[in-house]
Amino acid sequence: MEMVNRPYAAAFEAHAVQHPEVLCLSADLTSSCEIDGFRDRHPGQFLSLGMAEQNMLSFAGGLGLAGFRPFLHSFGVFLYRRPYDQLVASIAYPRRKVRLMGFLPGVTTPGGMTHQAIEDIAVMRTLPNMTVLEAGDATEVESIVAEADTVDGPVYCRILRGAVPRLFDTPLRIGQMRVLSEGDDVLVVTAGVTTEEAIRARSALAGAGVSVRHLHLNTLKPFDAAQIVDHAASVRHGVVTLENHLVNGGIGSMVAEALAEAGLARRLVRLGLQDTYAHGGSRPYLMRHYGMDALALVRAIERLTGQSTGIDEGALEAVRVEAVHSAVKAEAL
Amino acid sequence: MRNEKSTEEVARGIRARVFEHTIRNNGGYLSQACSAAEQLAFLYNEALNLGPSTMPLVPPPFAGVPSAANPGYRTGAGYNGPFDAVHDRLFIAPAHYALVAYACLIEVGRMAPEGLEMFNRDGSSVEMIGAEHSPGMEVHNGTLGIGLSTAAGLAWGRRRLGHTGRVCVFMSDGEVQEGQTWEAVQAAAHHGIDNLWALMDVNRQQCDGAMDDVMTVGDVATKFRDFGAVVAECDAHDLPALRAAAATPHPGRPLIVLAHSRPTQGMESLMSRFPRLHYVRFKSEEERARMNAEIAAELGVAPVPLETQ
Ligand SMILES: Cc1ncc(C[n+]2csc(CCOP(=O)(O)OP(=O)(O)O)c2C)c(N)n1
Repeated sequence: MEMVNRPYAAAFEAHAVQHPEVLCLSADLTSSCEIDGFRDRHPGQFLSLGMAEQNMLSFAGGLGLAGFRPFLHSFGVFLYRRPYDQLVASIAYPRRKVRLMGFLPGVTTPGGMTHQAIEDIAVMRTLPNMTVLEAGDATEVESIVAEADTVDGPVYCRILRGAVPRLFDTPLRIGQMRVLSEGDDVLVVTAGVTTEEAIRARSALAGAGVSVRHLHLNTLKPFDAAQIVDHAASVRHGVVTLENHLVNGGIGSMVAEALAEAGLARRLVRLGLQDTYAHGGSRPYLMRHYGMDALALVRAIERLTGQSTGIDEGALEAVRVEAVHSAVKAEAL
Repeated sequence: MRNEKSTEEVARGIRARVFEHTIRNNGGYLSQACSAAEQLAFLYNEALNLGPSTMPLVPPPFAGVPSAANPGYRTGAGYNGPFDAVHDRLFIAPAHYALVAYACLIEVGRMAPEGLEMFNRDGSSVEMIGAEHSPGMEVHNGTLGIGLSTAAGLAWGRRRLGHTGRVCVFMSDGEVQEGQTWEAVQAAAHHGIDNLWALMDVNRQQCDGAMDDVMTVGDVATKFRDFGAVVAECDAHDLPALRAAAATPHPGRPLIVLAHSRPTQGMESLMSRFPRLHYVRFKSEEERARMNAEIAAELGVAPVPLETQ
C-alpha cells in the first residue's frame, strides 16, 4: 500500500496560495495540524489565535463576515466540544464560510477522553446549515481542502495526518459515496479509518464465500439516504455500519434513519463505540478493544448471515502499526 | 507521611527519571520536567498535607470508564492519599505534565518505578495525557483550562462540609489563554474561596513555542489580582522562595503562586532546540546520543544505555 506523508500540509498550501481570501487559523497546535510549514512560508495568511478555541470560532465568524474563508486547525475535539455555543451562534446559524479542520478524529489519538472526538459527527450533523465531510485516505485528504472550500456555508472535516495510506485514485467529491464492492450478501458502510479496516477483511471474506457490498462515505451531511437504501435493498442478510465514532448519532444512526424512513426492513449491526467513552492507547489497540476493527466486522457479518466464516485474526491482512515516533508524525500529540 | 528525601533530591530524581524515559523512548515531555521539577517536588514532599497512598505501588491496568455498569470504577487520586476532611487534594491541570507527575510519585514513594514503564502502553492506566484513572489524577484535565474551576467547586463544597483540608491546583501558564481560567478566578474571588490555591508553572512556553509569539498574555499577575486573587511570585527553582510564596496569607481570596521557571533548567543542552521545547523528540540518532551524553553529564547521572542499531 502506498503511504503518503503529510498529505494535508501540501494540499492546504497549494490551495491557500491560490486564494488570498483563505486564511489559516491555528490554536497552538500548528505542527500537530501540519500547518507549520505554511505558517513559516506564508505568515501574512496565517493567524495565531493561541489556546483559546471559543474566541477562535467567533473570531472566524467575524472573518467570514468580512468576506474571508478561514480554515480553522485543531484537534477535532477542540473545535466543537468547548466552543459549541460559538459554533452555533457565530458560524452555523449565519452560514459563514468557515472550514473547520478537525485532526485526530475518534480513537486515532492516544490522548484519551479529552482528546478523542467521538461524538463530533453526531453534533455536527444535527446542526442546521453544516456540511460534514470525512477523509478516508491520502487522496481524500488531498482533495478535501479545495472541495470543502466550495461549500456555501460552514464545513466540518475529519482529517487524517502523518503517514496516510492511499486507497483511492479519484478525488473526494461532496455527495459522492464510493462503491468499493458490489456483493449481495451483506452491505458494509464505512468512513474514515474504518474503510481501511474493512479492506483488511476483504480477501478473507471473499475466500469464505461472503459476498460483500462495501460503501465508503466521505460526505456525512448531506447524507445520501436514497442511495444507502438502494444498496441495502440489494443485499440478502442486512447491513453493518463500522465507524470511528459513537454508534449513537453517527453513521449507524444515519443508516437506521434512512432504512426506517424508506420502510425497508433490513437487519442492522452498528459497530463503533457502544455508548461508552474510550481511554488512551494506540489506534490498533483501541479499535480492537472497542470492537471497531476488521475482526469485529467479520463477527458482525457472521451474526447477520448466521454462518461462521472460520476467519480469525491471522486470516486478516496485517494491521498497519505506526511507529510511535515516525519522522512524519507531529512531535507531540 | 515522613519525608525520606529532601525536596531537592526529589526534584533531581524527577529530572533524572523523565530524562531517562525520554531518551529511551526517543520522545517525551522533557522540558516540563525542567520547569516543574521543584514545584511538584515541593507540593508532594512538603507543601501538601497528603495521607499515605491507598493504591498499589504498581498501578493496576485500565479498568474501564465511569458508567453505571462499572461499579468498581475509581480514579487515580488514591495515590495522593485518602479522601477525608483533613487532607489536601491536588489536581494536575495540564494533563500532559503526567510524565513529570508520575516521576514525582515514584520519587516520593507513592508509585513503583515499574509504573513508568507502563507509560502510554496499551491497556495501561499510566496514560500519556493523565486521565482521571491515572496515578495521582482525580479528574480529567486534558482539555486545558478546566482544572481551576473544578478545584474551586470542590473547595467551596469542602468548606461547606467543614473540611480543613485545602484544594491545590498545579497549573500551566498556557491555561491563562483560555477564558475559563478567568471565569474560575472570578468565581473563586466572588465566593471568597480561600481554601483554594494554585501553583502555576510560568515557563512562557506552549505547543507552538514561546507564548509571546503565539498569543501575548501580558501581565498575568496584575490580571489575576484584578480578577480578585491574591498573587505571589517567585523563582520556580528556588525552594525557599517557593515556600515563602506558598505561605502568602490570602484570607477571603484564592491564592495564585506564579512560579517563574525556565524550560531548560538543569538541562541547558535543550536550549539548542529552543523554541521547540513542548515535546522533545530527537531528530536523529546523532542528536539523541549527544543529548544523552550532555544531559546525563549535567544531571550528574550515567547516560542511558541504548541498544545499538
Ligand atoms: C482546550 C485545549 N486546547 C488545546 C490543547 C492542546 N494542547 C496541549 S498542551 C497545550 C499548550 C501547552 O502550553 P502550556 O499549557 O503552557 O504547557 P507547557 O508549554 O508548559 O507544556 C495545548 C494547546 C488542549 N490540551 N486543550
